[in-house]
Amino acid sequence: MIEVKNLSKRYGKNYAVEDLSFSVKEGEILGFLGPNGAGKSTTMNMLTGYISATSGSASVAGIDVLENPIEAKKHIGYLPELPPLYLDMTVKDYLDFAYSLKKVSLPKRAHIKEICGLVKIEDVYNRLIGNLSKGYRQRVGVAQALLGNPDVLILDEPTVGLDPKQIIEIRNLIKHLGKNHTVILSSHILTEVQAVCERVVVINNGHIVADGTPDDLSTSMTADHKLIIRVAGPGDEVYKLLSKLPHLVEITRSGQKEPGVYEFSIETETGTDVRREIFSRLSDRNWPLMAMRTNDLTLEDVFLQLTGEKQMGGRR
Amino acid sequence: MLAVFKREFQSYFHSAIGFVFLSVFCFFSGLFFYLYCMASLNADLTPVFSAMFTISLMVIPLLTMKLLSEDKRQKTDQLLLTSPVSLFSLVLGKYLAALSVYGLAILINVLFGIVLSAFTSPEWMVIIGNLLGSFFMGAAFIAIGLFISSLTESQLIAAILTFAVSFVLILIDGVTAFFSSSVLDKIVEWLSFNNRYYPFTIGVIDYSAIVFFLSVAAIFVFLTIRVLDKKRWS
Repeated sequence: MIEVKNLSKRYGKNYAVEDLSFSVKEGEILGFLGPNGAGKSTTMNMLTGYISATSGSASVAGIDVLENPIEAKKHIGYLPELPPLYLDMTVKDYLDFAYSLKKVSLPKRAHIKEICGLVKIEDVYNRLIGNLSKGYRQRVGVAQALLGNPDVLILDEPTVGLDPKQIIEIRNLIKHLGKNHTVILSSHILTEVQAVCERVVVINNGHIVADGTPDDLSTSMTADHKLIIRVAGPGDEVYKLLSKLPHLVEITRSGQKEPGVYEFSIETETGTDVRREIFSRLSDRNWPLMAMRTNDLTLEDVFLQLTGEKQMGGRR
Repeated sequence: MLAVFKREFQSYFHSAIGFVFLSVFCFFSGLFFYLYCMASLNADLTPVFSAMFTISLMVIPLLTMKLLSEDKRQKTDQLLLTSPVSLFSLVLGKYLAALSVYGLAILINVLFGIVLSAFTSPEWMVIIGNLLGSFFMGAAFIAIGLFISSLTESQLIAAILTFAVSFVLILIDGVTAFFSSSVLDKIVEWLSFNNRYYPFTIGVIDYSAIVFFLSVAAIFVFLTIRVLDKKRWS
């Protein structure tokens, strides 16, 4: 459905995006993951024809975006990072305007009503967009992208600035939309992409650094060999005991977290699993294990791993 | 194009700009009409129309300042430019919206004719000529304002630059006196909006002036499209 080949965008001497290639199958929800300034929005702006590419090609539904932009744009619904709303219009007027701007041929009233129901903006339908909250504005933006039932939806950080409840609502909406649309969604939040997307493309400094399912990504990223545990027992003795674990690389004490309960973070050699060992040793001494979890990687850690510390080092 | 036109036209009246524009325009033309005709018992509208040249140039920047700059600032250009619409129809829609509001304003001329017809038979040719003259002159100047608006994200900067062009167009006839060179004289004369506009105020429909104003309009609409297009490529 979407084909991107060797796409580059150069501003002066700097490449915002360089030699990007990926494709999205029909009905797929693709997550576009990357830190701020990685080139996510630039790529999306090129896909939607808002800016042109310096070189390379992009096609949507088999139509080249650069060669035949007007035809290609008919297949795309786009929600930019900042929803492109006219604050001096009511939701109704705005959607009517976008409807005629996009030359939608579906029955007008029924189509707009259906979309408003889908994104739950019926109760603000006659209000001025300037008076709406951020969450509602975002939804009006999504409604605009849905007009004309385009094959491809491109959503640039759709949950930024929303409260947790709204985030969940928008994510559910995107999942729902993914049943009938091909969706590209950008985000800098790993869990969001994991929750919504079937496939993830990770981009950094304008290059693709990983491409796969969220499971692939998290297996390669999760660190079974990094554990955080809490033990109820005498801190010093527990520390001594744990220091004797096999394959140990590093153990650090994080101090007393609850009365009589100490936290440790343990790193062992890659590919080793010491969880059973920890459990049996502690139970021998009758020191209850209060918690054990793998050391969750933040997005920053993922990027450190994917891009190598060298590249990131300069930026931090 | 129609969608853009409709939205832009309505937006003039969602905000105060449309009303401010119309009322300032009507106030000044009404004032001059009163001073030159009613108060001095004169049925000749020519001095009123000459004065309206200046008024038009002073208020048109109000109409054009937000046309493209505001879209850029609010990022609504992302909606416009990613819709299946050509740049030409986007720009033309906005241009025609501003031109229509201006058209509404100059219709007040007809009112002057009607008022005068209560006392005497007014020279309708002068009124029609002036309507045409103001319309085409405005069409050219609105295109210039549209172009300036495409260059910046700030309404204020767009307005100030357009006012600057207004002043040049108003003052340009005065500067010929300082030139000794007849070539410069010729150029200034040729560029002068006022020279082209003047025949209309006495009821002469000057086709070459109409062609001149329409060409200026076309050139600046074209340049505006080029500016928007170039932004995408840079």
